[in-house]
Formats: sequence, structure tokens, C-alpha cells
Amino acid sequence: MPTGLTDALADLKEQEALALVQERLTRGEDPLQILRDCRLALEIVGRRFENREYFIPDLIYSGEILKEIVSVVRPNLTQEQKAERLGKVVLGTVQGDIHDIGKNIVSFMLDVNGFEVHDLGVDVPPRIFVEKLEATGAGILALSGFLTQVFDAMRETVEAIRAAGLRDKVQVMIGGAQIDERVRAYTGADAQGADAMAAVALARTWAGGKGR
Amino acid sequence: MNQGPEQLLEERERRIRDAIELRVPDRMPFVALFGFFPARYAGITCEEAMYDPEKMMQAWVRTMRDFQPDAYENPFTIRLLGPLLEILDFRQLKWPGHGLHPMSSYQFVEAEYMKADEYDAFLFDLSDYMVRTYWPRVFGAFGSFQKLPPLHDLISYYMGLTHLAALDTPEIADSLKALLDAAREAKRVVRAARAYAEAMQSLGIPAQFGAFSQAPLDTISDFFRGTRGAMLDMYRQPEKLLAATEKFLPIMIEMAVRAARRTGVSRVFIPLHKGDDAMMSIQQFRTFFWPGLRTLMLALIQEGLTPCPFFEGDYTSRLEIIADIPRGKACYAFERTDIFRAKEVLRDQVCIRGNVPLSLLSTGSPEEVKACCRRLIDTVGKGGGFILDASTGLDDAKPENVRAMIDATREYGVYA
Repeated sequence: MPTGLTDALADLKEQEALALVQERLTRGEDPLQILRDCRLALEIVGRRFENREYFIPDLIYSGEILKEIVSVVRPNLTQEQKAERLGKVVLGTVQGDIHDIGKNIVSFMLDVNGFEVHDLGVDVPPRIFVEKLEATGAGILALSGFLTQVFDAMRETVEAIRAAGLRDKVQVMIGGAQIDERVRAYTGADAQGADAMAAVALARTWAGGKGR
Repeated sequence: MNQGPEQLLEERERRIRDAIELRVPDRMPFVALFGFFPARYAGITCEEAMYDPEKMMQAWVRTMRDFQPDAYENPFTIRLLGPLLEILDFRQLKWPGHGLHPMSSYQFVEAEYMKADEYDAFLFDLSDYMVRTYWPRVFGAFGSFQKLPPLHDLISYYMGLTHLAALDTPEIADSLKALLDAAREAKRVVRAARAYAEAMQSLGIPAQFGAFSQAPLDTISDFFRGTRGAMLDMYRQPEKLLAATEKFLPIMIEMAVRAARRTGVSRVFIPLHKGDDAMMSIQQFRTFFWPGLRTLMLALIQEGLTPCPFFEGDYTSRLEIIADIPRGKACYAFERTDIFRAKEVLRDQVCIRGNVPLSLLSTGSPEEVKACCRRLIDTVGKGGGFILDASTGLDDAKPENVRAMIDATREYGVYA
């Protein structure tokens, strides 16, 4: 059931959404319900993005508003409630590349859509990805890269995961300016996506399957 | 090959002009942004290219001699920057030998170099804001400039003169020394660029561009507010963002006109970063991006120059909007835009350049590349108004695939 808050957030009405959150907290409402309404709003935002009604600025702005809401709501959550997550994703820009605009948007959108995101930053060597996958037990790896020189770094990362015996436990997605199906085949990744919502859609599908 | 360089120059210049002015050229022109491709091709590192003018000259001249593109782009002022960046302790790039692998190209460091609440200072006095607030963040060597008095205070003998006392510090002395060292180094780069232009002339290859500019919104987003910052400003402070783009518009025009007069080359390169189908809605494009870009292009055309925007990303949904430009006066390069659709929309209006995918050039075979070029030449090239190029800078393309592109223009691209 969409609420006033869901609509306000989905329509990117920052002040209105924040006021509604404050009002509901003051009334003593379940903070988890507030966050569920927000997640519903983010799903609407995602659909609008897929339908080309919304664009990257709208995604970023919706995420910004949600971030503010979460910072208000979070102190009211129990430890258990804080841990409610859909799945774990390890993510980073591959070795040799320091670009992070696209990676940050994907990281942010996965996070606000309910995933536990381990963002390793930029210029990440294959070994570090492997170590993080082992430490977290994450079932999803997302690799980002802007330059053409990243094709090989992505391939080496997938190879390192194979060598570590993790390949059948981890699904790999790649994305970036020059990434297409040809590059996906070259790197040995499982899927490639054009934008942040494609990453969220893939992660949702995968979290139901192979992810641990 | 018994033509002299003067004849070659004339022939190639005409070929490109014919394409841009929507006439049918003798054959399909081939041009490219070579990026760091020549370094890899000639066996030097990207780091060497950024620091050593001799090595760079040899590598680039050899590449141009071997590949014979129909126009060159001068690499010195955007590649031979190592020493200059070091003197200035430049923060907006990491480059080979300075935070990156010797074979990596340089990369931009994205950040909010201007904060969300600084628009008023920016709009009140741009130069003063830049020197005292923006420069210290971007150039480590100018850190002390944040202690300078406002530049506009220095008016006359009893207005501002004694404010100069603030400059009497060892930190300011260091910054001023760095400024002069940078000036000397910049002169070396300019000299090398001039020598390269002469070398290209003797090979009979004309210049692609003689000047550079940017869409005002890109300048704000790239260098000042950051991608995220500028996007949030579209919602939270749209009037100020627009005022900032308007402030930069005349600067973007003047910058290009001055450079074109100096080089004598009328084509102005305008790479575009944040206006594509993913980066903003049509409405945001019409509000924040296109007005500045269009006014810039019209002003350049008015000055007798040829704007050559490079539409990075995908502009397929906004082709009808960007078609609004005087006929035969510009050249639109596309990266991921559906170029066949671009031809349908722009065919009677503007020359198209592009867009053999770089993924194909880096991982495919020469046969696949040739087939791709042939399809472009036969459909987009039909009736002229098309220049064959890769989708973006060549950097990691395989040399045999670049050669395949050139062969394709000779095998399938002869009009006469």
C-alpha cells in the first residue's frame, strides 16, 4: 500500500518526505515500517528509471533523500532490524582504473535497495576482491571500469576467483562506459549491465539463487 | 605516393571540409583521437610520453607516418604534462608515474572542488573565487593563495595597497616560485606542440582542431561541483547552477575564438560529458545543457569557426533537439548514439563522425572491423557528410584493427 511518504520520496519531494518521516517518528510509528515505505518508493523510482521517466540525477537525488531519512530513522532501530538485508555484494573499480562515478552510483543504489555492499573503492587488485569474497561469503561480485584497458583487469579478476575455487559460488557482473556483450564474453563474467538499475535487477535475481 | 606534402595537405583538408559542408568528398575521410595509442604502438610507456618530449615526438610522428590519418590532433598540450603537473602538485589527475602504472593513461579524480554553498562567491567575482578558493584545492602548490586578500581590493594608493602585506610569507614566496617554474615548463610544452604541428605539415596531414571549448554545464560539473554535486544542484539550487553556466558561457566562447585565431585552424573540439540519454532527462537537457551548448556553437559559427562536439555516451533520444544548428557548419562525433538513426535525423543538417566500437577495435579481428566499417560507409556515408572514426579515443585498439579501418575507407569509401 503506497503511503504519503512513499509518494513523496518517489516524486523526489525532499522537504515533504522528511517532514512526513519526522511526523511518523513523533507519533511513535515502527521505524521499520517507515523504511519499508521508502523501499517501496525506491522500487517506483527504479521502475521509472527503466521506463525512461527518470534518469541518473533522479536516482542520485532519490538516494540522497533516502540517506537523510535513514540517518533520522536509524537510531530508532534495534540491532536485528539494522541487519535486515537481501544479500551481500562485493564491488569495486578494477586494477588500473580510478574512476568512481559509475561505481558509486551502483554501490549506492544496491545499498538503498537493501543489499549489504562491500565497496572496495578504485584500482582494486584481483587478490583484494578474492580476499573480500572469502571474508564476507558474498555471492555477488560487481566490477566497474571506465577505460578500455580494464578489459584485461576484469578478465584477470574473474580468473583469480576461479583459481581461488570461488567461481561456482560467486556470480560476476561488469559495467562501465565501454562494456558490452563482447567484453562480457572476453572477461568471462556472468552478465553485463548498462546502468545502476540493471545492477540492482541482476542482484535481485541472483540473491534468490546462487548467493549465500 | 608521389604527391608532395602541400598537395596532400590540400587534398585532405578539402576531403574533410567537403564532408563537414555536406558535399560528397573524393573518399571517406578517416580521423581518430589517438589517445595514448602511439606510445603503445611505438614501444614507449605512457609515463615516458608524459615526461619526455623527444620520445613523444618520435612515437607520435612514427604513428602518423605509418597510419596516415586524414587529420591529426596535437597531443603535446594534453599529454606532455608530467613535469608541469608535478610543479603545480595538481590534484585533479592521477597519471602514469604519479599514482598510476607507467602504461596507464592519466585519469581524472572526481570531487566537489567547489562546495554547494559557494555559488554566491563564484558568481560575485569568478576570478577572485578561483584564485583564492578553487586553485588552492586543485593545485597543491597554490595552497597559500587562500591567504591572499581579495584581488578586487587592490584598487589604488589608499585602496588596497597595504593589503599586500599579507603576501610577505615564505608560503606565498613558494607558491609564486612554483607559478614561475610552471610558466617555464608550459613554454616548453607549447614549443614542442609547435614543432609537432610543423612535423605534421611536412607529412601533409592537416590539424583536426585548432581550439578547444566545453559546454558550460560540463565545465561546472567536471571541474567545480563534481557530477553528483551538479546533479543535486539541478533540484536544490537550479537558479544558481544556471547562473553559473551563464557566467561561463562567454568564457567558453572567448577561449575558443582566441585559440583558433592563434593556430589558424577553424575547427573547435568540444568534448561533451554530462548531457547524454542516461545523464539527464530531455527536460533537464533542454534547461541546463543544450541552451549553453547551442549558444556556444552559434557564437563560434558567427566567428567563422566550425564547432566539432564529441557527444560522449548515447544521444539517440535527443537527436531532434541537437539537429537545430545551421546547415553544414558543424561536425558531430558520436560514441554510442545509434548512428544509423543519427543519419536519418541529421542527414541534411550536419556532418556525422564515428563510431566503430572500441570494444571491437580492442578485442575483435581485422575482418570484423572491416565489416563494421563497410556497413557504416555504405549507410551512414551514403551521399557524403560522414567521417569514419572509432567510437572514442583509440588508446588500447589493436594496430591491425586501426589499419583495417583505414583500408576500409580506401576499399569501400571511394565516392568518385
